[in-house]
Amino acid sequence: MKRGTLTHAIILGTFCFGFGLVLAITDRLTHQAIGARALEDRQNSLSQVLPGNLHNNNPAEDTIIVKDEEGQEITIYRALQSGSITGVAYEIRSLGYAGEVKLMLGVDVNGKVLGVRVLSHKETPGLGDRIETKKGNWILQFTGLSIGEPPIEKWKVKKDGGQFDQFSGATITPRGVVGAIRTGLEFFSTHKAEILRMR
Amino acid sequence: MMATSYNRIVKDGLWDNNGVFSMLLGMCPTMAMTTSATNGLGMGLATAVVMAASNLLVALFRKYITQEVRIPVYILIVAAMVTLVDLVMNAWMHELYKVLGLFIPLIVSNCLPLARLEAFAAKEPVLPALVDGISMGIGFTLALTVIGSVREIAGSGTLFADASLLLGPAFTFMEMRVLPENMGVLMMILPPGGFLATGLLVVVKRMIDVRSGKGIQMAGAHSVG
Repeated sequence: MKRGTLTHAIILGTFCFGFGLVLAITDRLTHQAIGARALEDRQNSLSQVLPGNLHNNNPAEDTIIVKDEEGQEITIYRALQSGSITGVAYEIRSLGYAGEVKLMLGVDVNGKVLGVRVLSHKETPGLGDRIETKKGNWILQFTGLSIGEPPIEKWKVKKDGGQFDQFSGATITPRGVVGAIRTGLEFFSTHKAEILRMR
Repeated sequence: MMATSYNRIVKDGLWDNNGVFSMLLGMCPTMAMTTSATNGLGMGLATAVVMAASNLLVALFRKYITQEVRIPVYILIVAAMVTLVDLVMNAWMHELYKVLGLFIPLIVSNCLPLARLEAFAAKEPVLPALVDGISMGIGFTLALTVIGSVREIAGSGTLFADASLLLGPAFTFMEMRVLPENMGVLMMILPPGGFLATGLLVVVKRMIDVRSGKGIQMAGAHSVG
């Protein structure tokens, strides 16, 4: 039985419409829950770089936007203790071996690192992924450091004459992460007034 | 084929016509997601859900899907099911989604679901099609878990690491260390290891078939997807 082009078009169109409708309804039903989960995830990563005893607000919901040198808008999550800022956190990015590495950096008001955690990366399993807390303690060594402690020229991996260990078999990932933290801290010191200004 | 034997369908899906080891379909997710047994298991389960759902739908609508537009309709159905699973898991099974989320969109690039729609679901009633989707899905899951286990043991020296993240804390007992630390051959969890492990396991499966007197099962469709 041969049917005309129009029939096929109608059949295909009906299927597209039907499944489009199903997906639209599912999106409507899940939209709120997905938003809530994303917020929880953010709070989770923030709580690791902004210690709980530093604030009594919810930093995930207390944000300001600061533009960096390249005009990129950076969302700053602020930790407040009875009305005054005790620390801030923001996302930093570095170029790893296999694409972008996203990290969350927490800094106190004096520019000291409160904590750094990897949010996402695509580094080689077994080599570059030791930047995760799950796979090693490497990322924890930055806590308490700042520009000047160690001096800026030491904010490099050992291979480049700095003070931070690279991994055996993987230099590019740690080099990128160290560089991103250094840039992140420099961003804090150049924009300190803006970041810490109260509304 | 009218007198459908469910036994036959299940056996085909799990062993005789196994999607990975016999038909060599779905090579893209197979290579990409078998860096550990847990990853393989997760990818397999997500694929099985999509395969069961899309087999069911195509069998249900098979009288309305004309020959000329069947391929776009199949792709539409698989893609819709994948998006549905993605949204629902993100909303209501978020812990699982954090582990599996990465793999789910990859199911669209798997040509095994599409192959089963064309070869089976389009011609059979709803129930056999559903059984076929589930068996093929479980066969795919088993294959990926086995490849993942081989690669994980050889590459990282562990087996089922992080299984508790996927299946819940009750499954912590599955996580074990087979080889001492730093004994693994890193290449096995890198892409070449995927080809090596899959190739060797295909040989093993065919040897078992030959030994058991079945002869080598030649599948109809050979392609990579």
